Amino acid sequence: MALQDVSGFQDTPMSHRWNTPASLSGSVPFRCDNRHTSLSSLSTSSSLPTRRPFPLSHGTTTLAFVFQGGVIAAADTRASCSGLVACPTAQKILPIHSHLLVTTSGSGADCMLWERILAREIRLYQLRHGRRLSITGSAKLLSHMLHPFKGTDVSPVSDRCGPKLFYVCSDGTRLQGELFSVGSGSPYAYGVLDGEVRWSLNEEEAISLAREAVYRATHRDAYSGNCVDLFHITAQGYLNKITDQFLQKVREINHWPLFTESKGNACRDGGADTGCGWRGRE
Amino acid sequence: MEYLIGIQGQDFVLVAADNIAANSIIQMKQDQDKMFKLSDKILLLCVGEAGDTVQFAEYIQKNIQLYKMRNGYELSPKAAANFTRKNLADYLRSRTPYHVNLLLAGFDETDGPGLYYMDHLSALAKAPFAAHGYGAYLTLSILDRYYRPDLTRDEAVDLLKKCIEELNKRFILNLPSFSVRLIDKEGIHDLEKLMPVGAK
Repeated sequence: MALQDVSGFQDTPMSHRWNTPASLSGSVPFRCDNRHTSLSSLSTSSSLPTRRPFPLSHGTTTLAFVFQGGVIAAADTRASCSGLVACPTAQKILPIHSHLLVTTSGSGADCMLWERILAREIRLYQLRHGRRLSITGSAKLLSHMLHPFKGTDVSPVSDRCGPKLFYVCSDGTRLQGELFSVGSGSPYAYGVLDGEVRWSLNEEEAISLAREAVYRATHRDAYSGNCVDLFHITAQGYLNKITDQFLQKVREINHWPLFTESKGNACRDGGADTGCGWRGRE
Repeated sequence: MEYLIGIQGQDFVLVAADNIAANSIIQMKQDQDKMFKLSDKILLLCVGEAGDTVQFAEYIQKNIQLYKMRNGYELSPKAAANFTRKNLADYLRSRTPYHVNLLLAGFDETDGPGLYYMDHLSALAKAPFAAHGYGAYLTLSILDRYYRPDLTRDEAVDLLKKCIEELNKRFILNLPSFSVRLIDKEGIHDLEKLMPVGAK
Protein backbone atom coordinates (compact mmCIF):
# COMPACT_ATOMS: atom_id res chain seq x y z
CA MET A 1 0.00 0.00 0.00
CA ALA A 2 1.37 3.38 -0.96
CA LEU A 3 0.56 4.96 2.35
CA GLN A 4 2.20 2.17 4.30
CA ASP A 5 5.39 2.42 2.29
CA VAL A 6 5.59 6.16 2.56
CA SER A 7 5.03 6.17 6.27
CA GLY A 8 7.18 3.10 6.81
CA PHE A 9 4.55 1.79 9.16
CA GLN A 10 5.07 -1.79 10.23
CA ASP A 11 2.18 -4.08 10.83
CA THR A 12 3.25 -4.96 14.33
CA PRO A 13 3.44 -1.78 16.34
CA MET A 14 3.38 -3.82 19.56
CA SER A 15 7.09 -4.49 19.21
CA HIS A 16 7.80 -0.82 19.76
CA ARG A 17 6.86 0.54 23.11
CA TRP A 18 7.64 3.80 24.74
CA ASN A 19 10.47 4.78 22.42
CA THR A 20 10.12 6.67 19.23
CA PRO A 21 9.51 3.91 16.74
CA ALA A 22 12.00 3.99 13.96
CA SER A 23 9.31 2.67 11.69
CA LEU A 24 7.22 5.79 11.86
CA SER A 25 8.87 8.43 9.74
CA GLY A 26 8.87 12.02 10.71
CA SER A 27 8.84 13.27 14.22
CA VAL A 28 5.96 11.73 16.01
CA PRO A 29 5.36 13.69 19.15
CA PHE A 30 5.21 11.22 21.92
CA ARG A 31 4.00 12.88 24.99
CA CYS A 32 2.33 16.15 25.71
CA ASP A 33 5.02 17.98 27.55
CA ASN A 34 3.18 21.25 27.43
CA ARG A 35 0.04 21.22 29.42
CA HIS A 36 -2.22 22.60 26.74
CA THR A 37 -1.16 21.90 23.22
CA SER A 38 -3.01 20.77 20.24
CA LEU A 39 -2.45 21.04 16.52
CA SER A 40 1.19 21.88 17.09
CA SER A 41 4.17 19.69 16.55
CA LEU A 42 5.97 18.82 19.75
CA SER A 43 9.55 17.75 20.05
CA THR A 44 9.95 14.13 20.95
CA SER A 45 10.14 13.92 24.69
CA SER A 46 11.45 11.35 27.08
CA SER A 47 9.98 7.92 27.02
CA LEU A 48 8.92 7.78 30.65
CA PRO A 49 5.49 9.22 31.34
CA THR A 50 5.49 11.42 34.42
CA ARG A 51 2.60 11.23 36.76
CA ARG A 52 0.70 14.45 37.04
CA PRO A 53 -1.72 14.99 39.87
CA PHE A 54 -4.28 16.57 37.59
CA PRO A 55 -3.66 15.44 34.04
CA LEU A 56 -6.53 17.11 32.23
CA SER A 57 -4.09 18.60 29.88
CA HIS A 58 -5.64 18.64 26.49
CA GLY A 59 -6.65 22.11 25.44
CA THR A 60 -9.99 21.39 23.99
CA THR A 61 -13.59 20.58 24.71
CA THR A 62 -15.11 17.70 22.84
CA LEU A 63 -18.22 15.82 23.74
CA ALA A 64 -20.52 13.20 22.34
CA PHE A 65 -23.69 11.54 23.49
CA VAL A 66 -26.16 8.97 22.28
CA PHE A 67 -29.89 9.59 22.08
CA GLN A 68 -32.88 8.18 20.27
CA GLY A 69 -32.06 10.03 17.07
CA GLY A 70 -28.47 8.79 16.81
CA VAL A 71 -25.25 10.31 18.11
CA ILE A 72 -24.34 13.95 18.51
CA ALA A 73 -20.68 14.95 18.51
CA ALA A 74 -19.60 18.49 19.26
CA ALA A 75 -16.28 20.21 19.77
CA ASP A 76 -14.81 23.67 20.00
CA THR A 77 -12.53 24.90 17.21
CA ARG A 78 -9.68 26.50 19.07
CA ALA A 79 -6.25 25.03 18.55
CA SER A 80 -4.09 26.37 21.34
CA CYS A 81 -0.36 26.20 21.84
CA SER A 82 0.65 27.22 25.36
CA GLY A 83 -1.24 30.44 25.50
CA LEU A 84 -1.35 31.23 21.81
CA VAL A 85 -4.39 30.47 19.73
CA ALA A 86 -2.72 28.70 16.87
CA CYS A 87 -5.88 28.29 14.85
CA PRO A 88 -9.36 29.56 15.66
CA THR A 89 -11.09 27.34 13.10
CA ALA A 90 -9.54 23.97 13.66
CA GLN A 91 -11.51 20.84 12.96
CA LYS A 92 -11.50 18.42 15.82
CA ILE A 93 -14.13 16.01 14.58
CA LEU A 94 -12.87 13.97 11.69
CA PRO A 95 -14.94 11.54 9.67
CA ILE A 96 -13.44 8.13 8.98
CA HIS A 97 -16.30 6.80 6.93
CA SER A 98 -19.93 7.58 6.54
CA HIS A 99 -20.87 6.06 9.87
CA LEU A 100 -17.80 6.65 11.98
CA LEU A 101 -16.49 9.91 13.33
CA VAL A 102 -13.53 10.52 15.53
CA THR A 103 -13.35 13.44 17.94
CA THR A 104 -9.81 14.31 18.82
CA SER A 105 -8.12 15.96 21.73
CA GLY A 106 -4.50 16.21 22.68
CA SER A 107 -1.57 16.61 20.37
CA GLY A 108 -2.95 17.59 16.99
CA ALA A 109 -0.31 15.87 14.94
CA ASP A 110 -0.81 12.63 16.82
CA CYS A 111 -4.55 12.84 16.33
CA MET A 112 -4.22 13.39 12.61
CA LEU A 113 -1.77 10.52 12.34
CA TRP A 114 -3.89 8.05 14.26
CA GLU A 115 -7.01 9.07 12.46
CA ARG A 116 -5.32 8.29 9.15
CA ILE A 117 -3.91 5.02 10.41
CA LEU A 118 -7.29 3.99 11.74
CA ALA A 119 -9.01 4.88 8.48
CA ARG A 120 -6.43 2.88 6.57
CA GLU A 121 -6.81 -0.16 8.79
CA ILE A 122 -10.58 -0.08 8.58
CA ARG A 123 -10.40 0.19 4.81
CA LEU A 124 -7.96 -2.72 4.65
CA TYR A 125 -10.27 -4.78 6.80
CA GLN A 126 -13.13 -4.01 4.50
CA LEU A 127 -11.14 -5.00 1.43
CA ARG A 128 -9.97 -8.22 3.02
CA HIS A 129 -13.22 -9.34 4.55
CA GLY A 130 -15.81 -7.81 2.31
CA ARG A 131 -17.68 -6.10 5.10
CA ARG A 132 -17.14 -3.03 7.15
CA LEU A 133 -15.49 -3.40 10.53
CA SER A 134 -17.99 -2.85 13.32
CA ILE A 135 -17.71 0.14 15.57
CA THR A 136 -16.77 -2.00 18.54
CA GLY A 137 -14.09 -3.60 16.42
CA SER A 138 -12.79 -0.25 15.21
CA ALA A 139 -12.53 1.03 18.76
CA LYS A 140 -10.76 -2.12 19.88
CA LEU A 141 -8.36 -1.90 16.94
CA LEU A 142 -7.55 1.69 17.79
CA SER A 143 -7.03 0.96 21.46
CA HIS A 144 -4.66 -1.92 20.69
CA MET A 145 -2.71 0.22 18.26
CA LEU A 146 -2.49 3.05 20.76
CA HIS A 147 -1.46 1.02 23.78
CA PRO A 148 2.26 1.15 23.12
CA PHE A 149 2.19 4.93 22.80
CA LYS A 150 1.35 7.59 25.30
CA GLY A 151 0.65 11.27 24.90
CA THR A 152 -2.33 11.51 22.65
CA ASP A 153 -6.04 11.25 23.20
CA VAL A 154 -8.44 10.20 20.53
CA SER A 155 -12.08 9.46 21.15
CA PRO A 156 -14.05 7.80 18.36
CA VAL A 157 -17.69 8.52 18.04
CA SER A 158 -19.80 6.34 15.88
CA ASP A 159 -23.01 4.87 14.79
CA ARG A 160 -23.63 1.52 13.25
CA CYS A 161 -26.23 -1.10 13.98
CA GLY A 162 -27.56 1.17 16.61
CA PRO A 163 -25.65 4.11 17.92
CA LYS A 164 -22.45 3.38 19.77
CA LEU A 165 -19.99 5.62 21.46
CA PHE A 166 -16.52 4.72 22.65
CA TYR A 167 -13.90 6.63 24.55
CA VAL A 168 -10.43 5.53 23.49
CA CYS A 169 -7.38 6.95 25.17
CA SER A 170 -3.77 6.79 24.15
CA ASP A 171 -2.81 4.67 27.14
CA GLY A 172 -5.06 1.88 25.89
CA THR A 173 -8.26 2.63 27.77
CA ARG A 174 -11.42 1.79 25.88
CA LEU A 175 -14.81 2.43 27.40
CA GLN A 176 -18.22 2.13 25.88
CA GLY A 177 -20.82 4.55 27.11
CA GLU A 178 -23.61 6.93 26.27
CA LEU A 179 -22.05 10.25 27.18
CA PHE A 180 -18.42 11.28 27.12
CA SER A 181 -16.61 14.57 27.18
CA VAL A 182 -12.87 14.92 26.78
CA GLY A 183 -10.40 17.74 27.20
CA SER A 184 -9.61 20.60 29.53
CA GLY A 185 -13.13 21.96 29.19
CA SER A 186 -14.78 18.62 29.83
CA PRO A 187 -15.72 19.14 33.50
CA TYR A 188 -17.68 22.23 32.51
CA ALA A 189 -19.36 20.36 29.71
CA TYR A 190 -20.24 17.48 32.01
CA GLY A 191 -21.89 19.94 34.34
CA VAL A 192 -24.30 21.01 31.64
CA LEU A 193 -24.80 17.61 30.05
CA ASP A 194 -25.26 15.42 33.11
CA GLY A 195 -28.41 17.22 34.12
CA GLU A 196 -30.08 17.29 30.73
CA VAL A 197 -29.06 14.44 28.46
CA ARG A 198 -31.84 11.88 28.10
CA TRP A 199 -32.52 9.19 25.56
CA SER A 200 -35.80 10.83 24.54
CA LEU A 201 -34.39 14.15 23.33
CA ASN A 202 -35.42 15.16 19.86
CA GLU A 203 -32.86 16.21 17.31
CA GLU A 204 -33.22 19.94 17.80
CA GLU A 205 -32.98 19.72 21.57
CA ALA A 206 -29.97 17.46 21.38
CA ILE A 207 -28.15 19.79 19.02
CA SER A 208 -28.86 22.86 21.07
CA LEU A 209 -27.85 21.03 24.25
CA ALA A 210 -24.54 19.99 22.73
CA ARG A 211 -23.89 23.53 21.55
CA GLU A 212 -24.73 24.94 24.93
CA ALA A 213 -22.42 22.53 26.69
CA VAL A 214 -19.48 23.45 24.45
CA TYR A 215 -20.33 27.12 24.78
CA ARG A 216 -20.33 26.97 28.57
CA ALA A 217 -17.05 25.12 28.55
CA THR A 218 -15.45 27.62 26.21
CA HIS A 219 -16.66 30.42 28.43
CA ARG A 220 -14.84 29.07 31.46
CA ASP A 221 -11.89 27.26 29.95
CA ALA A 222 -9.17 29.44 28.50
CA TYR A 223 -7.93 26.76 26.15
CA SER A 224 -11.27 26.12 24.49
CA GLY A 225 -13.05 28.69 22.46
CA ASN A 226 -14.05 30.18 19.15
CA CYS A 227 -16.74 28.27 17.30
CA VAL A 228 -18.69 25.09 17.93
CA ASP A 229 -18.39 22.24 15.47
CA LEU A 230 -21.26 19.83 15.50
CA PHE A 231 -22.00 16.51 13.85
CA HIS A 232 -25.07 14.36 13.98
CA ILE A 233 -24.81 10.68 13.02
CA THR A 234 -27.84 8.65 12.13
CA ALA A 235 -28.33 5.31 10.49
CA GLN A 236 -28.03 7.10 7.16
CA GLY A 237 -24.62 8.59 7.88
CA TYR A 238 -23.32 11.76 9.39
CA LEU A 239 -24.32 15.35 8.88
CA ASN A 240 -22.43 18.45 9.80
CA LYS A 241 -24.72 20.71 11.66
CA ILE A 242 -22.66 23.81 12.30
CA THR A 243 -24.82 26.87 12.58
CA ASP A 244 -21.95 29.28 12.99
CA GLN A 245 -21.91 31.51 9.91
CA PHE A 246 -18.33 32.52 10.50
CA LEU A 247 -17.12 28.94 10.64
CA GLN A 248 -19.08 28.01 7.58
CA LYS A 249 -17.62 30.92 5.66
CA VAL A 250 -14.07 30.08 6.72
CA ARG A 251 -14.49 26.50 5.63
CA GLU A 252 -15.91 27.57 2.29
CA ILE A 253 -13.14 30.03 1.65
CA ASN A 254 -10.53 27.41 2.41
CA HIS A 255 -12.33 24.94 0.16
CA TRP A 256 -12.74 22.50 2.99
CA PRO A 257 -15.63 20.16 2.36
CA LEU A 258 -18.61 21.05 4.46
CA PHE A 259 -19.83 17.50 4.94
CA THR A 260 -23.40 18.57 4.76
CA GLU A 261 -24.55 15.69 2.62
CA SER A 262 -25.50 12.44 4.24
CA LYS A 263 -25.13 8.86 3.13
CA GLY A 264 -22.15 6.92 1.90
CA ASN A 265 -20.66 9.60 -0.29
CA ALA A 266 -20.30 12.01 2.57
CA CYS A 267 -16.65 11.15 3.02
CA ARG A 268 -13.95 13.62 2.33
CA ASP A 269 -12.96 14.39 -1.20
CA GLY A 270 -9.38 14.92 -2.17
CA GLY A 271 -6.65 15.20 0.36
CA ALA A 272 -5.59 12.03 2.08
CA ASP A 273 -6.27 8.70 0.54
CA THR A 274 -7.63 7.36 3.72
CA GLY A 275 -10.80 5.76 2.60
CA CYS A 276 -12.54 8.85 1.32
CA GLY A 277 -14.72 8.57 -1.69
CA TRP A 278 -15.31 4.89 -1.21
CA ARG A 279 -18.62 3.45 -0.46
CA GLY A 280 -19.15 0.65 1.95
CA ARG A 281 -20.56 -2.50 0.58
CA GLU A 282 -23.58 -3.05 2.78
CA MET B 1 -9.12 4.69 43.90
CA GLU B 2 -10.36 1.28 42.79
CA TYR B 3 -11.27 -1.55 45.07
CA LEU B 4 -11.18 -5.32 44.83
CA ILE B 5 -12.06 -7.84 47.50
CA GLY B 6 -12.16 -11.63 47.67
CA ILE B 7 -13.35 -13.99 50.42
CA GLN B 8 -12.86 -17.74 50.27
CA GLY B 9 -15.30 -20.09 51.94
CA GLN B 10 -15.22 -23.82 52.28
CA ASP B 11 -16.61 -24.56 48.85
CA PHE B 12 -16.92 -21.17 47.19
CA VAL B 13 -15.09 -17.91 46.58
CA LEU B 14 -16.87 -14.59 46.77
CA VAL B 15 -15.38 -11.65 44.89
CA ALA B 16 -16.43 -8.05 44.42
CA ALA B 17 -15.09 -5.03 42.55
CA ASP B 18 -16.18 -1.43 42.26
CA ASN B 19 -17.69 -0.17 39.02
CA ILE B 20 -16.11 3.20 38.43
CA ALA B 21 -13.86 3.94 35.47
CA ALA B 22 -12.22 7.24 36.24
CA ASN B 23 -9.93 9.58 34.39
CA SER B 24 -8.23 12.13 36.62
CA ILE B 25 -11.07 13.72 38.57
CA ILE B 26 -13.89 12.64 36.27
CA GLN B 27 -15.93 9.44 36.50
CA MET B 28 -16.10 8.40 32.87
CA LYS B 29 -18.22 5.32 33.44
CA GLN B 30 -20.26 4.03 36.39
CA ASP B 31 -20.87 0.47 35.25
CA GLN B 32 -17.44 -0.83 34.34
CA ASP B 33 -16.91 -4.53 34.92
CA LYS B 34 -13.44 -5.22 36.26
CA MET B 35 -13.78 -9.00 36.33
CA PHE B 36 -12.50 -11.08 33.47
CA LYS B 37 -13.67 -14.62 32.98
CA LEU B 38 -10.64 -16.79 32.32
CA SER B 39 -12.59 -20.04 32.20
CA ASP B 40 -15.82 -21.50 33.52
CA LYS B 41 -14.54 -21.46 37.06
CA ILE B 42 -11.83 -18.85 37.14
CA LEU B 43 -12.21 -15.09 37.41
CA LEU B 44 -9.49 -12.50 37.16
CA LEU B 45 -10.11 -9.16 38.85
CA CYS B 46 -7.79 -6.48 37.60
CA VAL B 47 -7.16 -2.88 38.63
CA GLY B 48 -4.28 -0.52 38.09
CA GLU B 49 -3.08 1.80 35.41
CA ALA B 50 -5.59 2.70 32.76
CA GLY B 51 -5.14 0.68 29.61
CA ASP B 52 -2.70 -1.75 31.20
CA THR B 53 -5.50 -3.46 33.11
CA VAL B 54 -7.62 -4.39 30.14
CA GLN B 55 -4.65 -5.16 27.90
CA PHE B 56 -3.00 -7.48 30.41
CA ALA B 57 -6.20 -9.14 31.53
CA GLU B 58 -7.36 -9.82 28.00
CA TYR B 59 -3.90 -11.14 27.10
CA ILE B 60 -4.07 -13.63 29.96
CA GLN B 61 -7.67 -14.47 29.15
CA LYS B 62 -6.92 -15.30 25.54
CA ASN B 63 -3.86 -17.33 26.43
CA ILE B 64 -5.81 -19.42 28.92
CA GLN B 65 -8.42 -20.08 26.26
CA LEU B 66 -5.69 -20.94 23.77
CA TYR B 67 -4.28 -23.49 26.20
CA LYS B 68 -7.67 -25.10 26.42
CA MET B 69 -7.99 -25.23 22.65
CA ARG B 70 -4.56 -26.72 22.19
CA ASN B 71 -4.62 -29.25 25.01
CA GLY B 72 -8.27 -30.08 25.39
CA TYR B 73 -8.51 -29.28 29.08
CA GLU B 74 -8.52 -26.12 31.12
CA LEU B 75 -5.82 -24.83 33.40
CA SER B 76 -6.49 -25.15 37.09
CA PRO B 77 -6.76 -21.91 39.09
CA LYS B 78 -3.35 -22.55 40.63
CA ALA B 79 -1.77 -23.04 37.24
CA ALA B 80 -3.53 -20.01 35.84
CA ALA B 81 -2.34 -17.90 38.76
CA ASN B 82 1.24 -19.01 38.31
CA PHE B 83 1.04 -18.44 34.57
CA THR B 84 -0.24 -14.93 35.18
CA ARG B 85 2.46 -14.28 37.71
CA LYS B 86 5.16 -15.46 35.34
CA ASN B 87 3.91 -13.15 32.59
CA LEU B 88 3.73 -10.19 34.93
CA ALA B 89 7.21 -10.93 36.23
CA ASP B 90 8.64 -11.21 32.74
CA TYR B 91 7.27 -7.83 31.80
CA LEU B 92 8.33 -6.29 35.09
CA ARG B 93 11.93 -5.86 34.11
CA SER B 94 11.28 -4.99 30.52
CA ARG B 95 10.94 -1.42 29.39
CA THR B 96 7.19 -1.81 29.39
CA PRO B 97 5.98 -3.19 32.69
CA TYR B 98 2.30 -3.64 33.34
CA HIS B 99 1.22 -1.78 36.44
CA VAL B 100 -1.73 -3.90 37.57
CA ASN B 101 -2.96 -5.42 40.81
CA LEU B 102 -4.88 -8.65 40.53
CA LEU B 103 -7.06 -11.08 42.37
CA LEU B 104 -7.53 -14.47 40.82
CA ALA B 105 -10.38 -16.58 42.13
CA GLY B 106 -11.26 -20.07 41.04
CA PHE B 107 -12.68 -23.43 41.92
CA ASP B 108 -10.76 -26.61 41.27
CA GLU B 109 -12.27 -30.09 41.26
CA THR B 110 -9.43 -31.53 43.32
CA ASP B 111 -8.16 -28.58 45.35
CA GLY B 112 -11.43 -26.83 45.98
CA PRO B 113 -11.83 -23.06 46.03
CA GLY B 114 -8.78 -20.81 45.76
CA LEU B 115 -8.14 -17.09 46.01
CA TYR B 116 -4.81 -15.73 44.83
CA TYR B 117 -3.52 -12.26 45.55
CA MET B 118 -1.05 -10.73 43.09
CA ASP B 119 0.38 -7.26 43.13
CA HIS B 120 2.13 -5.14 40.53
CA LEU B 121 5.54 -6.47 41.51
CA SER B 122 4.18 -9.90 40.65
CA ALA B 123 4.18 -11.29 44.16
CA LEU B 124 1.73 -14.18 44.35
CA ALA B 125 0.10 -15.46 47.51
CA LYS B 126 -2.80 -17.80 48.11
CA ALA B 127 -4.94 -16.20 50.77
CA PRO B 128 -8.27 -16.87 52.50
CA PHE B 129 -9.29 -13.25 51.95
CA ALA B 130 -7.67 -10.32 50.18
CA ALA B 131 -8.30 -6.79 48.99
CA HIS B 132 -6.66 -4.24 46.70
CA GLY B 133 -6.78 -0.48 46.60
CA TYR B 134 -6.94 2.23 49.23
CA GLY B 135 -10.12 0.61 50.47
CA ALA B 136 -8.05 -2.37 51.55
CA TYR B 137 -6.52 -0.32 54.36
CA LEU B 138 -9.97 0.21 55.78
CA THR B 139 -11.39 -3.26 55.29
CA LEU B 140 -8.61 -5.77 55.93
CA SER B 141 -9.03 -5.42 59.67
CA ILE B 142 -12.73 -6.15 59.35
CA LEU B 143 -11.88 -9.26 57.40
CA ASP B 144 -9.27 -10.23 60.00
CA ARG B 145 -11.79 -9.90 62.77
CA TYR B 146 -14.82 -11.61 61.31
CA TYR B 147 -13.46 -14.14 58.86
CA ARG B 148 -13.82 -17.84 59.59
CA PRO B 149 -12.83 -20.62 57.22
CA ASP B 150 -16.28 -22.20 57.52
CA LEU B 151 -18.31 -19.20 56.44
CA THR B 152 -21.52 -19.95 54.63
CA ARG B 153 -22.40 -18.06 51.49
CA ASP B 154 -24.81 -15.74 53.27
CA GLU B 155 -22.32 -15.01 56.01
CA ALA B 156 -19.68 -14.21 53.43
CA VAL B 157 -22.03 -11.81 51.68
CA ASP B 158 -22.77 -10.17 55.02
CA LEU B 159 -19.07 -9.80 55.68
CA LEU B 160 -18.70 -8.23 52.25
CA LYS B 161 -21.52 -5.84 53.03
CA LYS B 162 -19.81 -4.86 56.27
CA CYS B 163 -16.66 -4.00 54.34
CA ILE B 164 -18.54 -1.95 51.79
CA GLU B 165 -20.45 -0.07 54.45
CA GLU B 166 -17.17 0.83 56.06
CA LEU B 167 -15.87 2.14 52.76
CA ASN B 168 -19.02 4.13 52.30
CA LYS B 169 -18.56 5.68 55.71
CA ARG B 170 -14.84 6.37 55.81
CA PHE B 171 -13.41 6.35 52.35
CA ILE B 172 -13.03 9.78 50.85
CA LEU B 173 -14.05 8.69 47.36
CA ASN B 174 -17.57 7.85 46.42
CA LEU B 175 -17.85 4.28 45.17
CA PRO B 176 -21.54 3.95 44.50
CA SER B 177 -21.79 0.40 43.27
CA PHE B 178 -19.97 -2.93 43.36
CA SER B 179 -20.29 -5.98 41.13
CA VAL B 180 -20.38 -9.22 43.11
CA ARG B 181 -19.75 -12.74 41.84
CA LEU B 182 -19.52 -16.12 43.47
CA ILE B 183 -17.59 -19.12 42.17
CA ASP B 184 -18.38 -22.64 43.29
CA LYS B 185 -18.35 -26.09 41.76
CA GLU B 186 -21.23 -25.15 39.51
CA GLY B 187 -19.38 -22.23 38.00
CA ILE B 188 -19.55 -18.47 38.20
CA HIS B 189 -22.74 -16.87 39.53
CA ASP B 190 -23.62 -13.20 39.30
CA LEU B 191 -25.02 -11.88 42.52
CA GLU B 192 -26.88 -8.63 42.72
CA LYS B 193 -24.88 -5.42 42.72
CA LEU B 194 -24.23 -3.85 46.08
CA MET B 195 -25.04 -0.19 46.30
CA PRO B 196 -24.41 1.39 49.68
CA VAL B 197 -26.92 4.09 50.44
CA GLY B 198 -26.08 7.32 52.22
CA ALA B 199 -23.51 7.68 54.96
CA LYS B 200 -24.23 6.87 58.55
